[in-house]
Amino acid sequence: MKTDPATLQIIMAIVPKLRAFAISLSGNVDRADDLVQETLMRAIANIDSFEPGTNMQAWLFTILRNRFRSEYRKRKREVEDADGHYTDSLISQPEQTSKLEYKELRVALEKLPSDQREALILVGASGFSYEEAAAICGCAVGTIKSRVNRARNRLATELDVKSVDDFGPDRNTRAAMAANDRR
Amino acid sequence: MSNEAVAGAKPKSGGLDRQIQAKIGQQLRAMYDEVVDQGVPDRFAELLKKLDGAQPAPKTEEESR
Repeated sequence: MKTDPATLQIIMAIVPKLRAFAISLSGNVDRADDLVQETLMRAIANIDSFEPGTNMQAWLFTILRNRFRSEYRKRKREVEDADGHYTDSLISQPEQTSKLEYKELRVALEKLPSDQREALILVGASGFSYEEAAAICGCAVGTIKSRVNRARNRLATELDVKSVDDFGPDRNTRAAMAANDRR
Repeated sequence: MSNEAVAGAKPKSGGLDRQIQAKIGQQLRAMYDEVVDQGVPDRFAELLKKLDGAQPAPKTEEESR
C-alpha cells in the first residue's frame, strides 16, 4: 500500500517544525536530523494508526518526543556510567552548539530538566496549546502548565536577565544574523 | 497557532518579570522559527519519496494483488 500523496504532502510540510523541535530538544543538529529521520520512517511505517482528521503535527511530534525520550534515557545511563553528568558533558562540547545561533539560550535550555524543556518548547515555541502539549507528553494539563512555568523561571535565572535590555542575541548570534542577511 | 496567547501566559510576579518572560518567549520562538525557515532539507524530501516507494514488507494479502 502506498501512502496517500496528500498525506505525504502534509508530512513534508511539518518536517521543518519537526526539525526545530528536535534541535531544541537535543541541542545538536546532527542528532536532531537523525531523530527526524527515525520519526519519518516510523510515521510512514505506521501511517495506518494515524486517524484521519486528527492533528498530524501532534502525532508526528509525539513520535519524535518518544524517540528522544527513550534515546535520552539510554544515553544518559551510558554517559553517566562513563563520566558522571550527562548534561555537563553535553555542554562542555562547544562544537555541538557552535553551529547554532542563540547559543546562550540553547545552553540554558540544555540545562533544564528534559520534561520542563519539552513542555516549554511545545507551548512556548511550537505553539501547541497546553492541552495538546499534555497529550503529546502523556501527562495532565496542570503538569504541563507547572513545567512551563518552572522552565520559564529557570531560564530567566540561568540567563541572568536583570532587565529586558540585558537580554538579546549575543555577539556571535548578531554576527551570524548579519551574515545571513547578506546571503 | 497563536503566539500571543503563549507570550501572555501569566507570570505570578511583577511587571519586569512579565517583560523578561515575554522577551524569553520571543527569543525562544525566534530561535525555533529560524530552523523552521530553513525548510525541508533534501535529505528528508528524498527520504519521504523513497519511503513511499518502498513501503514496509507486505503485511496483508490484498497488497499482493
